[in-house]
Amino acid sequence: MPDPLIRVQAEPFDAAAESRRITAGRTDIGAVVTFTGLCRSEEGSLAALELEHYPGMAEDELARVAREALARWPLQGVTIIHRHGRIVPGEEIVLVVTASAHRRAAFESADFLMDYLKTRAPFWKKEHPASGAEGGWVAAKADDDAAAGRW
Amino acid sequence: MKVLYFAWLRERIGKAEEDIAFPPGTETAGEAMAHLASLGEEYAYAFENPAIIRIALDRKHVPHETPLRDAREMAFFPPMTGG
Repeated sequence: MPDPLIRVQAEPFDAAAESRRITAGRTDIGAVVTFTGLCRSEEGSLAALELEHYPGMAEDELARVAREALARWPLQGVTIIHRHGRIVPGEEIVLVVTASAHRRAAFESADFLMDYLKTRAPFWKKEHPASGAEGGWVAAKADDDAAAGRW
Repeated sequence: MKVLYFAWLRERIGKAEEDIAFPPGTETAGEAMAHLASLGEEYAYAFENPAIIRIALDRKHVPHETPLRDAREMAFFPPMTGG
């Protein structure tokens, strides 16, 4: 079982480079799925998101969900990168890359990882409105728990 | 014990972390939270709805009824909204 690559960082990431990092020099991978979550402007009303995290636990929880995916699907690689700090609309927030011999394991595990990390990884989003008004914390959605419950 | 607060809990309490000596007889994470809620107005406001607060002991999610035992770090935070 491969070790997952987990990074929590303020800097942007390069999804294509992370995909190439998993496949470089290998001939046993038949499918790579990359999922990138982006910051939306909410029709121009949002100036930025502020992502707070719990250093140490954030990395631990991402690694835990990655290992769970590796135990459930035959994967050749898993990468999860989650950003923190100020993120403006159009920028990326989160990256999940999964690689497997066949597409189904890669698709399903990427979907699973996003559902699971949303409900388990200690990150919190605060919205800074374009109006300059005081920002507010994003409320957790019951949908997210329901989505994680599918697995 | 080292106690950490995140997101709106941190904002309501006005600090990110502190050391707390819990009174003897504080057995569980939930009891520790009840003690914190008694420390002042800002704490009472932060913990006004204890059922929604998530707790981590030594950086692992735990249910409120989990015994503290020899945990060194406890964190309180709202439901997560990453991803």
